[in-house]
Order: sequence, then C-alpha cells, then structure tokens
Amino acid sequence: MLDKVLFYFFAAVAVGSAVLMVTRRNVVHGAIFLITALLATAGIFLQLRAEFLFIVQIILYVGGIMVLFVFVIMLVNLDVALQQIQFARQKWVALLVALALAGQVGLMFWSSGKMPGQGLPMLTAAAAEHLPPNSEEVAKSLFSSYLLPFEIASVLLLVAMIGAVVMAKRRT
Amino acid sequence: MNAVVQATIEFLKLYWVPLLCGVAVVAILPLVAGYIVLVERKLMADMQARLGPMRVGPHGLLQPIADAVKLLIKEDIIPDNADKMVFWLAPVLSVGAALLSLAGLAIGPAFQIAQDINIGILFVVGISAMGIFGIVLGGWASNSHYSIMGALRSSAQLISYETAAGMALVSALLFTGTLNIKSIVEMQSKEGIWFVMLAPVAFFTYLVASIAETNRAPFDLPEAESELVAGYMTEFSGFRWSLYFLAEYTNMIVVAGVATTLFLGGWLRPFAHVSWLNFLDFLPTLILLAIAAYCVVRTPKQPTRVQQLFMLAVAGLCFVVGLVLLAPVILPMIKPSLASAVQPFYAGIHGGFWFILKVSLYIYFFMWLRFTIPRYRFDQLMRLGWHFLIPLSIINVLLVGIALIAGSYFGLHGWGLLLVTTPAAVIALLAALLILSAEKQRDAGHDPNAATDFYAG
Amino acid sequence: MLSIDHYLFLSLALFIIGVIGVVTRRNVIVVLMSIELILNAVNINLVAFSRLYGDVAGQVFALFIIADAAAEAAVALGIIIAFFRNRETVLEDEMDLLKW
Repeated sequence: MLDKVLFYFFAAVAVGSAVLMVTRRNVVHGAIFLITALLATAGIFLQLRAEFLFIVQIILYVGGIMVLFVFVIMLVNLDVALQQIQFARQKWVALLVALALAGQVGLMFWSSGKMPGQGLPMLTAAAAEHLPPNSEEVAKSLFSSYLLPFEIASVLLLVAMIGAVVMAKRRT
Repeated sequence: MNAVVQATIEFLKLYWVPLLCGVAVVAILPLVAGYIVLVERKLMADMQARLGPMRVGPHGLLQPIADAVKLLIKEDIIPDNADKMVFWLAPVLSVGAALLSLAGLAIGPAFQIAQDINIGILFVVGISAMGIFGIVLGGWASNSHYSIMGALRSSAQLISYETAAGMALVSALLFTGTLNIKSIVEMQSKEGIWFVMLAPVAFFTYLVASIAETNRAPFDLPEAESELVAGYMTEFSGFRWSLYFLAEYTNMIVVAGVATTLFLGGWLRPFAHVSWLNFLDFLPTLILLAIAAYCVVRTPKQPTRVQQLFMLAVAGLCFVVGLVLLAPVILPMIKPSLASAVQPFYAGIHGGFWFILKVSLYIYFFMWLRFTIPRYRFDQLMRLGWHFLIPLSIINVLLVGIALIAGSYFGLHGWGLLLVTTPAAVIALLAALLILSAEKQRDAGHDPNAATDFYAG
Repeated sequence: MLSIDHYLFLSLALFIIGVIGVVTRRNVIVVLMSIELILNAVNINLVAFSRLYGDVAGQVFALFIIADAAAEAAVALGIIIAFFRNRETVLEDEMDLLKW
C-alpha cells in the first residue's frame, strides 16, 4: 500500500511538473519545474528499489546537467524574449499529431494482454526484502559484461567535454 | 483517501524512530549552529588578542539567542523587480539540501536517520551538491549585479572542487569496498587503523576541497564583505538570510562528518582494539569533568547573580553528562555480569561523543585557517582547483589502487598496509611538487599584460 | 498492486509531454529541456522492466543514457551560447542562416 501511494505521488509530481515546464513563459521557472520532474523521476527509481540509479540521477542530472542549464539560461536571458510569442506557428497540428501518437501507443499498452508480466504485480513485499545490494549488482554488471560500452562512454564524455569547451570559448 | 490513511499508518509503524531522530535534529540544529558561530567569534577574538562578545550572558554565552531573536523580528525586504517565487524558494533549497544530507550521516553506531542505505556516502555527497541551486537561483532572483556575480562565482567554485572532493573520497573508499556508512567505520575498526594514515594525500585533498565547498576562508571571495558586499546573500535579510547562514554551517557539519566517517575513524575511540589502552575510555568523562570544574572555579568572578547561576548550571550539565558517560565504563568493572547489557549503551554514547569530538576538531581547523590565511583571488582559486587538486586526486586514486593490489598480493592487513601506502603517498607528493613547479614555469613565461579571463582555470 | 502497466503509462505520459515541448515551443532551451524529459521517460521504462525481470542490465543501460544525456546537453548548450553571441537570439524561427 505504501508502494502504491508513493508511486502515485511521484507520478503526479512528475507529470504535473512536466506539463508546467512545457508551458511556462519564463525559462528559469521552466528549469525549476524540470528539476522537480527529475527529482520525481529519481523518486520513481527509488520506489523501484534502484538505489544507485536514484543517486546517480540526483548527482548527474539534477546536480550537473540542470546546473549547466541554469547557467546558460542566465547567460542568454533576454527580456525581449519574455515578451514574444512562446509557441511555434505549427502548435495545433503538432499537438494533434502528438496526441494521435499517444492514443496509438496507449491503445497498444491497454489491449495487448500478451505483454510479459502485464497485470501481474511487479514486486511482492516478500521479494523486496531479499534483493541483493543494488550498487554491488550494478558495479558487477558494469565492469564485467558491459565494460566495452563503459569505456566507449568515457571516450564520448571526453569528446563532449572538448567539444563544449571549443564551442563556448570566446574567440579573441 | 482510505488508501492514503492506511499507507500513512504503515509508514509511521515502520519509520517512527528515524522520523523522531529527524525531528530532534532539525529542532536542535539551529541552536547548535548559533553556538558554533559564537565559538568562531570567541576564537577569532582570542587569535586577535581581544575578548569577543562579552555582554549578552556570562562571557557572551547568550549571544546566539539574541542574534536569533533579532533576525526573526527583522523586516522582510524584497527587492523591487525580484522574482518573488524564486526569491522565496532559493534559501529553502539551500537549507533543505543541507539538512537532508545530514540525515545520511551516522553520529554514532546507534544514531542514524536514514538507516542502512546501500549508497550511504554517495547520498550525503550527492544531496549536498544540490545546495548549488539555492545559491544560483538566489543570486538570480535578487535582480542585482553583485548578487549574480557572487552567485556565479560561488557556484563555479563549488562545482570545480566537487570533482576533487569526490576523487579523494574514492581513494578512501578503495579500502572499504562498500558505500554503506556503518560498514565504512566497521572496516576501519576491523583493520585497526584509520584511513587517514593509509591515504594521507586523499585526506589533505578532501580537507582543502571541503573548505572550498563550504565557501569558507581562504576560499570565501564570493561572500567576502570587502569584495562583493555579501555575494548572493546581499538582498536577503532577516529570516531568509538566517536560512542561508544555517545552510552554510550545516554544510560545514556535513563535510566534517563525511571526513570523520571516512578518514578519522567515525565513532571509534583512538586505538579501539588495543586492550592495554582501554584506560582511554575514561577520557570523555575526564574532559567533561574538567570543563565542569573550570566553570565552577570561574563562578565567583562573574559580576551578577544571574550570571553566576548560569555558570553553575553549565557546570552542572557538564558534570551530569560526564557521569552518564562514566556509567557504561564503570559498571562492567563493578559487576561483570552487566557487561553485555551495558555494551550497546556504551557503544552508542561513547561513539557519539568521539564522533562529535572529531567533527569539532575538524571545524576548529576550519576556523583556525579562516583567521590565519589571507583570501585567494578568484582566478587563483580556480587554478588551484583545476590545475592542482584534480590531477593530484586522480593520481592519488591510481597510486592507492596499485598499493592495494600490492598489499593483497603480499597478504598485508591493518597496519601492515602502511608498508605499501606510504610509498604511494610519497610518490603522490612528488607528483604534486612536479605539478607546482610546472605551474611556476608556466607563470614565469606568462605575459603579465594579457587580459585575465577570470573563469578560465 | 502495482503492475508494469502503471510504469508504462507514466513513461508514455512523460514522453508525449516531452514530444509536445520539442515540436511546439520556440525557445531552443525549452526544446533541449523537453529532450531531457524524453530521455527520462525512457529511463523509467528501462528501470521498470529491469525490476520486472530482476535483471540489472536495464539499470546499466539507463546509466549509459544518463551519461549520454550529459554529453549531449553540454555540447548543445555550447552551440547555443556560440550562436547567441553572434545573433543575440534563442528563438528557433530566427535561426535561419542556412535559408536560401
């Protein structure tokens, strides 16, 4: 029962913050609502007993990426942009297409009945007590089966770091 | 609605102890932070050959209460074009992040609010990193130049030193193999040696990085009064400012707690498992009885009756706590059958005392540095973080890893590990000296007339 | 009890809101933030299935997605800063230098 209430709470916060983020005129308010949505997603991870991913989400996404976003928003914050039209000219067509996509995928989830585990409980309370320690499991998997993607990800981060520095440097 | 009520009851049944501990900590922490400020002012006065606050209460002991009352009744001023929602939110974010990260620390083997989390240390470090938003959004919402500049400088400083601090923690975590806070202290107990001796370069790096993380001198340019008025805190007055202030001192307690847990043996007595040093168990009691005796001796010298009674009350409190600390040590000596019943109390109370003592020593060192060393200029600060501390901490991780592999190859344990980690520390120090001399050479060839970009390393 | 459907619908809702943000807003930074929302929706999906099957591979993949999102946000924001320095705008309609 606690699991269910927690899930609905975090889900409501996530969806509500997401809607608010997409509709705010002031981009800093939008960034704050994205932070709340990311924190709610971290809560969902915690509720799914994925503790390592919960703290990685908070350290990397909220404490890293969102700080970067807020810095850049402050750098490019124009009072002129606040007064202009916020939504593109194609907004009604875009909304229609997005809702059609939502309806299609939702219908697929609803009616398939053949999806693995559909309708069955995710995690019984008894099974929740006997989970192996999450950090150790992720570490074991990351450094044995998924070592190559790990190394490639580090090269990717190096390339991104160099790229960002080159792009943002002031050309004197 | 019934489901929510049922879920709340289930939650309370499971978690009422941590909830109570949390409420106690949040209630006591502002008082503790206020008294840490008083200690700082008295220390500053002592090191500057003067007396400090003396008027309010005996020797100024009621000064924090007077300050708190003043801050609470001050007028709440909001700047003209400030964004009201973000202006309200920013101090809340700072204080919330600081208090939440305090929940992950274990103040003794028995007192931990967020108990037995798998990711212990990472939780504390990660959540305290969320305090950056309080600074950045506070500076932006104030709609003033000094605030935004202070906020940008302060947050740039924080994110620069986060990497060095994290790498230093990783060097110590290599010895434990787990992130769980209680397991870290138990590993130090098992090895019989504190990790500060096994990884001294990591401790030094974490010390410097934590001073920068909490915006303390000599890294306090973003909030120094002669530089940017008060940086991001300029436009906040009264209760809002006291929230930022509380966040800063809580952050100090958190970094001191993390350093104590990882490097200084947490709640362990010095030489916890050496049985012939067991007389050190009487040390907590002796310290408190000495303080009580000092207060009693100074009582007749107080000018007024009320102040004399106050001193006697403080002496009485120290005496009672000293006796409480004495009980679990004396009772097993008088009645050996009580030894196992008294053990958890002994571990809990004495553990708490040693932890608080070590945290206090760490914070005393912070204050000592503040009154001794002049401030770093901002570009010097950034250069120290990026060019010196980050390479040093990465090299240290590599060297400690190699030392550990060598240690397990030769089957070394506990104090024997010193044989492999001391050479690693020496090589790391040599690397540090190499980096410093390379920087000096680069400075010598640097054109003094070129424009300085403050945000570059 | 919670079943996989709950997480799938939550993930779908966040995904669609992110897609609407990407195709509807003019401010390029809001478009980037909506992309981050889409990536988070995918992460919730992956972790939910990882919990269903008891296999930690889903969480490892979600970890890689978070690392990738960091890299992409850094480069994209660098590009926006570079463009802003030249043209003083962050609205996507006005970024039309390559138009014939």
